[in-house]
Amino acid sequence: MNSMKKKLLGLPYYLWCVVFILIPLGMVFYYGLTDKSGAFTLENIVSITAPEHLKALFLALLLSVIATLLCLLLAYPLAMILCGMQVNQHSFIVFIFILPMWMNFLLRTLAWQTLLEKTGVINSILHFLHLPGLNIINTPYAIVLGMVYNFLPFMVLPIYNALSKIDDNVIQAARDLGANGLQVFLKITLPLSTPGIISGITMVFVPALTTFVISKLLGGSKVLLIGNVIEEEFTQASNWHLGSGLSIVLMIFILVNMILSAVFDKDGEGNFL
Amino acid sequence: MKKILCTILALSSAFSLVLTGCGSSGNDSNGEVIVYNWGEYLDPEVLTIFEEETGIKVVYDEFETNEVMYPKVEAGATAYDVICPSDYMIQKMIENDLLAEINFDNIPNIKNIGTQYMEQSKEFDPENKYSVPYCFGTVGILYNKTMVDGPIDSWSVLWDEKYADNILMQDSVRDAFMVALKLNGYSMNSLNKEELETAKDALIAQKPLVQAYVIDQVRDKMIGDEAAIGVIYSGEAIYTQRENENLEYVIPKEGTNVWIDSWVIPKNAPNKENAEKFINFMCREDIALMNFEYITYSTPNTAAQALIEDEEIKNSPIAFPDLSQYENLETFQYLGSEGDELYNNLWKEVKSE
Repeated sequence: MNSMKKKLLGLPYYLWCVVFILIPLGMVFYYGLTDKSGAFTLENIVSITAPEHLKALFLALLLSVIATLLCLLLAYPLAMILCGMQVNQHSFIVFIFILPMWMNFLLRTLAWQTLLEKTGVINSILHFLHLPGLNIINTPYAIVLGMVYNFLPFMVLPIYNALSKIDDNVIQAARDLGANGLQVFLKITLPLSTPGIISGITMVFVPALTTFVISKLLGGSKVLLIGNVIEEEFTQASNWHLGSGLSIVLMIFILVNMILSAVFDKDGEGNFL
Repeated sequence: MKKILCTILALSSAFSLVLTGCGSSGNDSNGEVIVYNWGEYLDPEVLTIFEEETGIKVVYDEFETNEVMYPKVEAGATAYDVICPSDYMIQKMIENDLLAEINFDNIPNIKNIGTQYMEQSKEFDPENKYSVPYCFGTVGILYNKTMVDGPIDSWSVLWDEKYADNILMQDSVRDAFMVALKLNGYSMNSLNKEELETAKDALIAQKPLVQAYVIDQVRDKMIGDEAAIGVIYSGEAIYTQRENENLEYVIPKEGTNVWIDSWVIPKNAPNKENAEKFINFMCREDIALMNFEYITYSTPNTAAQALIEDEEIKNSPIAFPDLSQYENLETFQYLGSEGDELYNNLWKEVKSE
């Protein structure tokens, strides 16, 4: 009886999965593996080897790897500082980190456009102070900045979560046995927080690799990432077959990333939700 | 922490469900009309007047480019009653049998539309059966007088290294290629491989000089002195001049695109009669005037043109240019799906460079 009830409670969730995940995924595969006449073809997938698609893919990989590394470098010390704080203080800081996520992602990215523009806020201030202007809008640098800004919380929170679970006694024991600060970090803290790091990397790398909004708004449409190629196939070229085919290729990269994270994070410790 | 996040997620998803739930209540006695128009392409007040006068509820939806609009109409998932595509897209829709013939007996106000515009419409709607002109205009160069040397009259200025990082190009295939093809003296409807390769090379050569490829943002960026030169639709030019008096619009001497956006009724329209009432209403001179003053895109409604009070606007060479003094003006034509693919692939090469 009880288990029956539980199953019934899960019904909306199963329905959600089928309607919004399984069916769309099936459609992506259907479109990706057929041509305009509906016949089976691998052409859409093989077309990733076309020079313009490869270039966009490599650029997207490069920028998202850079953004992920920057996020990690920024997030790890921050998470450590957060963990060292008193309970009421750190929940406030974490709250501040989550606060911008309540605002629309698109608006936040548009705000960066206004900040970085030639006549934008930052340049006006620099100009007023007679400092040289900052000319990174519409370059890959601005795109990396946008990625780091938008996805940083996704790196901080899992690492913070993993770090806060480390028992203080373990660290004290290491200290008692004569380990110095660096040794404690390398032998205790870092290995124990690996699940958080891996989870954070997945949560930053995947959206960064597939983004098309950030590159469009902050890159001035001059920098073509694989996400932009796919978006334009759907909206401009109305070639859903090619768009779906390239999406399948992109899914492979995401799957590899997720398998890696599953291997390192067996207990799901790093998940912050 | 976990709990807080879960609650937030649950609340936000519940909220969005509520929002999407309340869009479907159209049981007025006179039914409804579902309009699919360009973004910011009519005075919202006009819709209220229409609803009050006719009792027909207007469901209003917007699109950003013709290319975004087309697959939605083709798939037929949402049945629209009235759509406002551009010339070449109307031709494509006619060829693919997506449009219904309009019953002009229900549109007496068609008399307000100037005959020259009906004539021009024949380029894409040969018998004037499917479309009613709503707006028209040109594509040209908008420049900031304080940021350029001397008057500008040619597309070649978009390749001038002096203005590196100060140029805004249109981020759509046909518009970008139109500029490059016209610069080289070719037709903007060219399907000649060599001509298109030349145009592609020109666009690639231009890319380092371009600040950004944008669509609607040209307007805001030019007003904000972000760039010196931009490719823009004539309708936007009047608006930008009101906001920034240093801006000047010019139709380049090599010729350009003369376009018409027209109302059409798709074949699967559920409320065809209401759609015709709506189109007739939009052709009424006072309504056309309201729209013109709001969106500043040139109206082909000659009765409304006569009503414009501001002499400067009435005689404005931007809003109502004397097109006979320009050469090589053309209207976009639908190039078939192979032509579309050719253009799209070349554009992708430009963008990935």
